Amino acid sequence: MNLDNLYQEVILDHYKHPENKKLSVEKDIQVHHLNPSCGDEVTLNLTLESGRISNISWEGNGCSISMASTSIMSTLLMGKSPDDAKKILDSFMELMQSKGSAKGDELILEDAVAFAGVSKYPARIKCALLGWMAYKDASLQVEAKSK
Amino acid sequence: MSLDVGLIRKDFPILGRTVRDGKRLIYLDNGATSQKPQQVLDAEMNFYLMHNAAAHRGAHQLAEEATEAFENARATVARFLGAADEEIVITKSATESLNLLAYSIGNAPSNNRFHIAPGDRIVVTEMEHHANLIPWQELAKRTGAELVWLSIDSEGRLDLSKLDTVINGKTRVVSLTHQSNVLGTINPLDKIAARAHQVGSVVILDACQSAPHMRINVKELGIDFLTFSGHKALGPTGVGVLWGKSDLLEELPPFLFGGSMIDTVTMLDSTWAPAPRKFEAGVPNMAQAVGLQAGLKYLEKVGMEKIHAHELNLTQQFIQGLSKIEGIEIFGPTTMESRGGVVSFAVPDIHPHDLGQFLDNQGIAVRTGHHCAWPLNKALGVQSTTRASFYLYNEAHEIDSLLDGIQQAQEYFGRSR
Repeated sequence: MNLDNLYQEVILDHYKHPENKKLSVEKDIQVHHLNPSCGDEVTLNLTLESGRISNISWEGNGCSISMASTSIMSTLLMGKSPDDAKKILDSFMELMQSKGSAKGDELILEDAVAFAGVSKYPARIKCALLGWMAYKDASLQVEAKSK
Repeated sequence: MSLDVGLIRKDFPILGRTVRDGKRLIYLDNGATSQKPQQVLDAEMNFYLMHNAAAHRGAHQLAEEATEAFENARATVARFLGAADEEIVITKSATESLNLLAYSIGNAPSNNRFHIAPGDRIVVTEMEHHANLIPWQELAKRTGAELVWLSIDSEGRLDLSKLDTVINGKTRVVSLTHQSNVLGTINPLDKIAARAHQVGSVVILDACQSAPHMRINVKELGIDFLTFSGHKALGPTGVGVLWGKSDLLEELPPFLFGGSMIDTVTMLDSTWAPAPRKFEAGVPNMAQAVGLQAGLKYLEKVGMEKIHAHELNLTQQFIQGLSKIEGIEIFGPTTMESRGGVVSFAVPDIHPHDLGQFLDNQGIAVRTGHHCAWPLNKALGVQSTTRASFYLYNEAHEIDSLLDGIQQAQEYFGRSR
């Protein structure tokens, strides 16, 4: 097996130089997500302004897959409407569930297609989803608050 | 005389398989579960092929044979631990054994020596596996007792400087691991057991990481109860052992209720069979017990002293190799004194998951994570570690491969800056 399919350059880059990895002072909501099987954790701040995600910032501790995935997620969803963000999230979920059969839609997922290789390793899918699930939780909570 | 590892390996079919596209399997996750020799698989299958019936019930021939097979297995476990047959309770797992003790103690009425009252104390250590921590947390909550623990020092050994204040006159239970599943530390039992008994507490030993790897004689350890799991000792999953001193087992109330564990039953009340039967409700795990028996016989035949010495050789080789790699941090004792064949470590700038994945790609199975000892990880100041754990079938060249793999991982993950 070629490990480079899993550890693509873009993943290692984001791991070493993560984006938006500093919790913002202002936020609509803060969530903390933890993978109990390994202890990886992410704290995520989400702010919405006039129907757009105006800021996602995060802090975390974990493996290259979980940290890079959270970093890429934060860059992808920044500035998007919650509906567009949901489409991207759904597309990423679908990729993770593909067991290695899908390549991912580059138009929607951009750099996040680099995680296609992760879907072949069942034990690592949770790593890749950690930050995304934190965003999903945060967005649902913001939505519930605004109702 | 050292072990003939080549000969031993022939008995373990799984060690001949390859993983991840043709890589030879190097199995170094024995702290989690051991592989099984053909003798264990045959024994378990033979029970089902020839003797299967419900033990302790019925008068037909198969029922007699099943009963005999199960009781023979108990006798082998007893011999393995230097105990009497009636002191051995066959459980489904070590986790069940510890829960059995916690629930049984919690069931003890006020006139029973095990009774726990609000303000009493339960003592554990900071290095416990969750299975020897959470049952006591819950018992403390149910009874109003206080849960207190012995801390670890910088070398990963128990700090006994506060022993007399931690184990005080209120202490009813002291439950600790014999060997840490993360650090490899073997705990000094003499002082702890002496202090516990001085204040009238029972001492419970989690021997999951020790009993499969070294000679144990319960009479020499000065403890009251001991548990270990079958699947870490070459046996099948689904079987655990609980040893208790016979007078204590007699006084301890039962935990699971149902068939087999009774003496008499009416619509409103029941009385219990003598120990160990009162702790073995339901049709027992006969095939698994028979499999465990074959596993323990295998270990005895090889020799527990030899196995322990072999594992320490591998451990020393690994720790010496690790100490030559820059920046590696080892959690736990680095000398061979009072330690077993479990080594946890950290490689700078590589998360254990990524290291584990890289090694897996080379066919090397190690454990990564918090090893079900979350509070210990917090005490060590780490989120997770990588752990290699050895057994009788591991070879020196496998340790070399692991050391090479760690260095290659450093190159691999250092590749982009």
